[in-house]
Amino acid sequence: MLLAEQILNGAQFGIMLFLLAAGLTLVFGIMGLINLAHGSLYMIGAFTAAWAGNATGSFAAALAIGMVVTAVVGMAIEAAVLRRLYARDHLDQVVATFGLILFFNEAATWLFGRQPLFAAVPPWLAGSVELLPGVPYPAYRLAIIAVGLLVALLLYLLVARTRLGMLIRAGSSDREMVRALGVDIRLIYTVVFGLGALLAGLAGVMAGPVFSVQVGMGEQVLILTFVVIIIGGIGSVRGAFVGALLVGMVDTLTRAFLPGLLKTLMSTSEADAIGGGASSMAVYVLMAAILLWRPRGLFPAHG
Amino acid sequence: MTGTGKRALGAIALAMGVSCQIWAFQAWAADPVKIGMITTLSGPGGYLGEEVRDGFQLAIDQEGGKLGGVPVTVEVADDGLKPGNAKDIAQRMLGSEHIKLMTGIIFSNVAGATVPDILDAGAFYISPNAAPSNFAGKDCHKNYFVVPWQNDSLHESAGEDANNLGYKKMFILAPNYQAGKDALAGFKRAYKGQVVGEVYTKLDQTDFAPELAQIRDAKPDAVFQFEPGGLGITFLKQYVQAGLMEKIPMVVSSPSMDARTLDAVGDAALGVQVSSFWNSDFDNPASKAFVAAYEAKFHRTPTYYAAQGYDTARLVASALRAVGGDLAKADAFRAALRQADFQSVRGAFKFGQNQHPIEDWYALKVVKGADGKPVLKTMGKIFEAHGDAYAAECKM
Repeated sequence: MLLAEQILNGAQFGIMLFLLAAGLTLVFGIMGLINLAHGSLYMIGAFTAAWAGNATGSFAAALAIGMVVTAVVGMAIEAAVLRRLYARDHLDQVVATFGLILFFNEAATWLFGRQPLFAAVPPWLAGSVELLPGVPYPAYRLAIIAVGLLVALLLYLLVARTRLGMLIRAGSSDREMVRALGVDIRLIYTVVFGLGALLAGLAGVMAGPVFSVQVGMGEQVLILTFVVIIIGGIGSVRGAFVGALLVGMVDTLTRAFLPGLLKTLMSTSEADAIGGGASSMAVYVLMAAILLWRPRGLFPAHG
Repeated sequence: MTGTGKRALGAIALAMGVSCQIWAFQAWAADPVKIGMITTLSGPGGYLGEEVRDGFQLAIDQEGGKLGGVPVTVEVADDGLKPGNAKDIAQRMLGSEHIKLMTGIIFSNVAGATVPDILDAGAFYISPNAAPSNFAGKDCHKNYFVVPWQNDSLHESAGEDANNLGYKKMFILAPNYQAGKDALAGFKRAYKGQVVGEVYTKLDQTDFAPELAQIRDAKPDAVFQFEPGGLGITFLKQYVQAGLMEKIPMVVSSPSMDARTLDAVGDAALGVQVSSFWNSDFDNPASKAFVAAYEAKFHRTPTYYAAQGYDTARLVASALRAVGGDLAKADAFRAALRQADFQSVRGAFKFGQNQHPIEDWYALKVVKGADGKPVLKTMGKIFEAHGDAYAAECKM
């Protein structure tokens, strides 16, 4: 019973990470851009949605405003800042996008203050669903799982089945050739970045009612998101999906069960201390193990 | 540059040098007493420093720029919750600015790095918040005073609150760092029932679903959590969403539930039991005057951090009055601080031999207020004249 609930928790956390990782891996894999400010887009989505939700009282309005604003901000920073960085060294990209993190954190503090914002769960998702007898599960978290699976399906269809997807894949392997064929590669990059921003914004909107909407919330999940795309293989949406679920499961299950298992071997306080530490490391141990086995990740995008 | 230009500059420099000399001679007579405030104003914990600063400044404003009849200026600096920053600020204040009286630090790890430097330089440090256990015990110091409480007392009072409420089985959790471990240790020192689950969470955790499943599985009578700042808001929201709030009540100490947390969490916090040394509804003249003045100026309910800043300023005022603002009379200043001769917003309190408070603790509860918004309401007393567990180790 407890195991079933924890597996569900792991899946839900993994899906959340996937929404962030999918955008990050598209931008990283296709445009070759390391965007540390991806977490800031997540924060923008959460803040604008919380603000819009409180102002209008409607979850639909919050969802729409959060996603649109994030996509627009994403495309604006692509055009104003990031476009200059594609040809530059990765270190330059890291420094510039780190600057963007500071900028967005200050902007959010200035606009909304340092206090976390409150975002309400929509009333029709406020209850819980009894999946198994005796295991009520919050409906909102089930909705997150559903939305994540839907996004995964749509992304798969977009990349594998559409003309835009074909150009995206072609542009990632040889941008000069795509340009020579008369395709506006710049526009494609802007669209891809906007799509990545949209997904980050969606993750932020969904996260708002569950997590704390506060300045700096993006940086907390950014490291795990990078772990996900490294495990999955940079640039691969399928890799991001599998990697996110793996990370979500490993993180949740070690946190839930490792201290308990250790308690059968040693005293309670030692087991709590060691179990807590070991479960914090588990995700990174997983990453190291996968990289030893497959140095380019589970599903390397090209080559 | 021409010869005249050079000479003119030289004259100006000379004049400035002389005037500085004169100024220095006059300093001890007419200059305001400088107080250094190192506090945390940025990041998710930034509002704690803001509240302490605002409470402290309110006491000065009420006296028209004075404390205890002595003109004062406060130099506020943001440590950004980084011990290294705070250490640098303290060195600057002690060195080039000759500040002899400091206050303001919020976080225990920052205090641990900074306070020894201040005391070694012969200055006074009066804590408005952080009160780590080592400074209360064997490392206590004659120039170190703590106004609000010793860290452990916060959680001991929550443990006793759980006893009084009749909870036999508790599930306890806190982040895996020093203050989190202290919190659980403090809680267990006072709690007499059975701890059915003890969990350390990550300091940057955003999803508490695994812990919530464990809590449901352990079936405790109540939950004690020390998850300060944004962590606590997240934890509470998810606790409510998981449908646990109706089934398993929550007992916390004041850092997990202040007036600002309440604003961010809203109705989700209804029913939470809180232990504290002060609350904004206290029925004593000092507290009523403070709350009224604070609300008039800042248009919000003061948190207990603001009350701590205010009490710190009032304590300083009582001691400055005793020495006429002359900090060179260190022994007399210290003796006056020990007297704590002022009306505290918490009612009666005095310093123990380790210069930490001996005071009463109260049980509060989050209930719906008159305007429909959740408020903290004082329900009763938990401890009478409660000191701390470390005072005996302090040899002064």
